Amino acid sequence: MTLDNSTVGSDVQARLQASLPDVAQTWSTFQGQERVVVPASQILQFLKVCRDVAGFDQLTDLTCVDLLEMQGAVDRFELVYCLLSVDAGTRLIVKTYLNEPNLTVPTATQVWFGADWLEREVYDMFGIVFEGHPNFKRLLLPDEFVSFPLRKDYPQQGRGERHNFPIITRSKS
Amino acid sequence: MPLELLDSPGLLENQKEGLWTLNFGPQHPATHTTLRLVLQLDGETVIDAEPDIGFLHSGFEKLGESLDFNQYVTIVDRMNYISPLANEIAWHHSVEALMGIELTPRCKYIRTIFAELMRIHDHLLCTGTCVLDLGGATAFMYAFNEREYIYEICERASGQRFHTSYTRVGGLLYDVTDDWIAMVRKFCRNFPKAYADFAGLVMKNRIFIERTRGVGVLTKEDAIAGGATGPVARASGVTRDLRIDEPYLAYNDFDFDICCAKAGDCYSRFQVRMMEMEQSLKIIEQAIENLPSGPIYNEAHGKTGIPDKTEVYRSIEGLIHHFENIMPNRQMNVPVESFYAATESPNGELGYYIVSDGNFRAYRARTRPPSLLHFALFPKMIRNCMLSDVVAVLGSINIIAAELDR
Amino acid sequence: MASEVKKQLGDNIFLTTLDAAASWARSNSLWPMPFATACCGIELMSTAASRHDLSRFGSEVMRFSPRQCDLMIVAGRVAMKMLPVLQRIWLQMPEPKWCISMGACACSGGVFDTYAVVQGIDRFMPVDVYIPGCPPRPEQLIKAIVDLQEMIKAGGTYDAREFALRDTAEGPARFDEDELIRIRERNGLKLESPKYDPVH
Repeated sequence: MTLDNSTVGSDVQARLQASLPDVAQTWSTFQGQERVVVPASQILQFLKVCRDVAGFDQLTDLTCVDLLEMQGAVDRFELVYCLLSVDAGTRLIVKTYLNEPNLTVPTATQVWFGADWLEREVYDMFGIVFEGHPNFKRLLLPDEFVSFPLRKDYPQQGRGERHNFPIITRSKS
Repeated sequence: MPLELLDSPGLLENQKEGLWTLNFGPQHPATHTTLRLVLQLDGETVIDAEPDIGFLHSGFEKLGESLDFNQYVTIVDRMNYISPLANEIAWHHSVEALMGIELTPRCKYIRTIFAELMRIHDHLLCTGTCVLDLGGATAFMYAFNEREYIYEICERASGQRFHTSYTRVGGLLYDVTDDWIAMVRKFCRNFPKAYADFAGLVMKNRIFIERTRGVGVLTKEDAIAGGATGPVARASGVTRDLRIDEPYLAYNDFDFDICCAKAGDCYSRFQVRMMEMEQSLKIIEQAIENLPSGPIYNEAHGKTGIPDKTEVYRSIEGLIHHFENIMPNRQMNVPVESFYAATESPNGELGYYIVSDGNFRAYRARTRPPSLLHFALFPKMIRNCMLSDVVAVLGSINIIAAELDR
Repeated sequence: MASEVKKQLGDNIFLTTLDAAASWARSNSLWPMPFATACCGIELMSTAASRHDLSRFGSEVMRFSPRQCDLMIVAGRVAMKMLPVLQRIWLQMPEPKWCISMGACACSGGVFDTYAVVQGIDRFMPVDVYIPGCPPRPEQLIKAIVDLQEMIKAGGTYDAREFALRDTAEGPARFDEDELIRIRERNGLKLESPKYDPVH
């Protein structure tokens, strides 16, 4: 299957490499989709250039992958930014790797304010901390929840949180 | 006396003199489902709104890591439950894009028809309940008449009226029958009249227009930077529609327009949805008249199709074929890769980012929900509107809690 | 004497118990509180809308304020964060009140056997009628309401004495994780030690 929308690539790659020669970029392509891996320390700088130079004006998605059970994986967490240039229709996937204990990256809310809730969700599910986020707390789960459920070492059925409520009998209600 | 919410300390700290804090939800008729807003009011003007979500968080993405690509379709169904089949199509579109499976023309056409039926299905409910929240119950009843007929079409094809679980990797659960085609044709004949009735009740209704025009404005810049897609973005002047910009299924074969508006208010979102229904009908009419014959599974990919039951019970080849498809260690080969692919769901760009570890199930199945990004824009839209406009804005951005919280 | 009275009053008077009269009146004017959280809520809308028309059975007066209702319809899965809300709304409803658990998710958690979904609301609050299905068809919801009406007519009392008798939890007991470990040890299977979670 060819997705002719996301095949531009080389042009974007050349421009990003030219504007940021000091950032180590590893480029790859799969089914016509351009991906680039950037070190976590330089991610904010790279995203800013993506918006200003390459014209990626929308952050489509921001997510994280826990690579704990992935065979051959070296790092623990993979942070994935899906970028889109609305006018040109090009997509770019920016990845960066994080390891414990330093699960901190700078926030991207100053680049695209749409990153606000996406970053909070990633914190909620994986425990990645986004430094400088204006309203940093859990998004989906209650504040008293202590685990990060989408990590691979958290069981699907949970650790009994769903059973921890008072019981109302009919005579008492 | 101001109503104070004790459990939102963040708001109390920067509460200014004379502002009221009002709790809206989580159980409120206009939220349709479950979400909560903490509103800061100055008189009746909304100064700020802080959404609180997660009341329907059910661990969809965790389930996606333990179910295989075909099983997980039952879960994605329950994500945007006012257009279930659109989710299935989006999910299997991503899986097929990851695995590089090309669909047969007939499968593409049937999926396109269902995708457009679901767009009508979704917009009917969204517009109908939006009008209902603003006080017009009749339009809601009119909308549901047509929705019931679409349920029947789904039931005829898949056996379930609501959560159809109809798509499979590389194909569909069953092929459609001739009476299904007749039903779709009947829908195409009857829908323009029902649509005209519905539009006539609402589009020029002065009360409705005054409640929605100029309310909840979202500018084009905010829509782009905030990640808005679908009708919400198109009502603000963004001319992006994945059906045309990243053609998938059979959309290349049809003649239809992108519906856009400039104002970015509730009324233009409503208008965009109404116009999209007309365009969807146009696509369905073209597709049903040109429905190709042939298989629904692509034989080139060998293992994709699930064979007919008579074949399974009567022949050894059929049994082996079935076995190869169903047993977890014998299924299709999946590249150890990750891929993001999206479709234009009724609500906006519904994408799935799938990470595969080589098994026939996702290592990570991330959903890119349009509702989440739209609802994050809600505080921007509602600022300096009246309290009564909250329901109008909520209705116009069509927040589906199951998709919002997953 | 009796025939004289009968002649004068005719069919204008009939004798019944107070319980039966109250139950009859209550059963035919159930005001539902739609606690619609997910997919089943759309089927609930369908039931109330044009084709299925719930008002034929006297229960169409949907009120979104719990203070005005006597029938709670829990339609859809109830997540961990939502259950306290559900319990509070249930407690706010005036007596006598009944509860319908609509759909597989509300009854048992359904397909969502995950960390965030309550595995059946009957574990934490009383339920009178369960409706299976994912989601149930509108006809099933109508049947459930008719069943509930029959139930109220058959067993309802004027001062709701029957509710006071239900003083134990009616749902399944809380699952004991230690029991599973004991069963596995008895069978010679060893549980893997839980993986270390470095943050918590």
